[in-house]
Amino acid sequence: MDSQTKSNQPKTSQVKTKPKLNSKNQSFKLQANNVDVFYDDFQAIENISLDIVEQSITAFIGPSGCGKSTFLRLFNRMNDYIDGFLMNGSILLDGNDIYDSSINVEELRKTVGMVFQKPNPFPKSVYENVAYGLRIQGIKDEEYIENRVVESLKQATLYNEIEGNLEKQALALSGGQQQRLCIARALAVKPSILLMDEPTSALDPISSGKIEDLIHELKKEFTIVIVTHNMQQAARVSDNTAFLYMGKLIEYGDTQKIFTNPEKDRTQNYITGRFG
Amino acid sequence: MAPQHLDSELKLLKDNVLELMFLVKNQLEKGQKALDDFDEELAHEIMANEKRVDSLELTIDRDCENLLALYNPVAVDLRFVMAAFKINSDLERIGDHANSIAKYIADFGRKIDEDTLETMRLDKMYNTANEMVSNVFNAFITEDTDLARKVFRLDKTLNKINREVSGATAELIEADISQTQNYLYLFSIIRKLERVGDLTKNIAEELIFYIEAKVLKHKKMKSKNNNGNDK
Repeated sequence: MDSQTKSNQPKTSQVKTKPKLNSKNQSFKLQANNVDVFYDDFQAIENISLDIVEQSITAFIGPSGCGKSTFLRLFNRMNDYIDGFLMNGSILLDGNDIYDSSINVEELRKTVGMVFQKPNPFPKSVYENVAYGLRIQGIKDEEYIENRVVESLKQATLYNEIEGNLEKQALALSGGQQQRLCIARALAVKPSILLMDEPTSALDPISSGKIEDLIHELKKEFTIVIVTHNMQQAARVSDNTAFLYMGKLIEYGDTQKIFTNPEKDRTQNYITGRFG
Repeated sequence: MAPQHLDSELKLLKDNVLELMFLVKNQLEKGQKALDDFDEELAHEIMANEKRVDSLELTIDRDCENLLALYNPVAVDLRFVMAAFKINSDLERIGDHANSIAKYIADFGRKIDEDTLETMRLDKMYNTANEMVSNVFNAFITEDTDLARKVFRLDKTLNKINREVSGATAELIEADISQTQNYLYLFSIIRKLERVGDLTKNIAEELIFYIEAKVLKHKKMKSKNNNGNDK
């Protein structure tokens, strides 16, 4: 995939709810246009259009089954493996349609990394976990791999905690450390986007706090999209929030606005815990 | 999140703020009656009630702290808790003014003659301040922001009287210098009622912030014809 494509400045004529831009120079990294998703006869996503701002954090919130994880997984084509999956509309990454037949999905996933709800390290050393993505890309240069491993572990704020012991077994780490290892593993292949599907729901508050701090640091370099059931987490970490309900995008925009004075009653009822 | 619990906590907070508002409203109204009738007993009753005002203020502070810490309210709930917290402080200060006025009345030692009351425009000042507090009280119950906005115009009346009465006070003192202290007491009451007006206006602003999510604080009146709809 060509990541050096044309800039996608906000188009004011589009009838979409608008995300907040932190600076005038920010553009849209991902753009979903009139997206429908079906699993056989069931429509999981209904005509969602939404732009995701580069180097920002976007949170998807909504009750279980609202389609937020399905929508997240569209960005790295993780839904392709599900039987009966069908998508209409388009998803653009740096202006290129990632569902175009010319797109190499493996290449796409180098650009769009993903972190899941439960930490899922391989039963290998810390080093081999982080090196894994580089090795399956066919990289043989061990010095380069080692540099990437160390740099990724530092970025994921794990390197100091394991005191540089890269041979430590991944499964011997705490849950929070394992999740940061998974983030380091995703970072090693130099993605530009990180998708996170409830990355702290299995963690204690201290570990969650460390991941949140890390997410905040990573946005300087990466575009982050996070699905969370934790309203306070969405409010704390994200720049923009999208509220989905029954497959529809109800409201999308500046997180501060959503959590202080949402436009829609349905959003207010959800974030204040009165339904959902 | 436990919305039923949150709703009952928010209702409890609203009930407590309303109770304090009602108490303070009564304190102010009793002050006017005590002044008009030179009712020292009523003045002492106001002073005794000040403890209830202080006690309720502490209860509401604690309610707000608990709500923020335990329920993490957002959106309209957060605005309500923030408004309640500030209204609580404004009410306590109105209560303080009512208490100070009661002390003046008790210290005054005799009934104030009608002419002096008229010259100092104390009844007009009291009636206007009482109307403002009644408006915010009813506006809080009914969540009626139009009613809350009415206090902005009334506050201007208080400010105008306050400005004008200083000259009248000086003339009264010049005419009978032996009554200087008493006239200064009465002028202090005017000043305190003017502050009550400012605090009540703050309460109206907080109600509008809570209900409409609009911040009116530190904004100038846009035009003369908007009937107090902006300030």
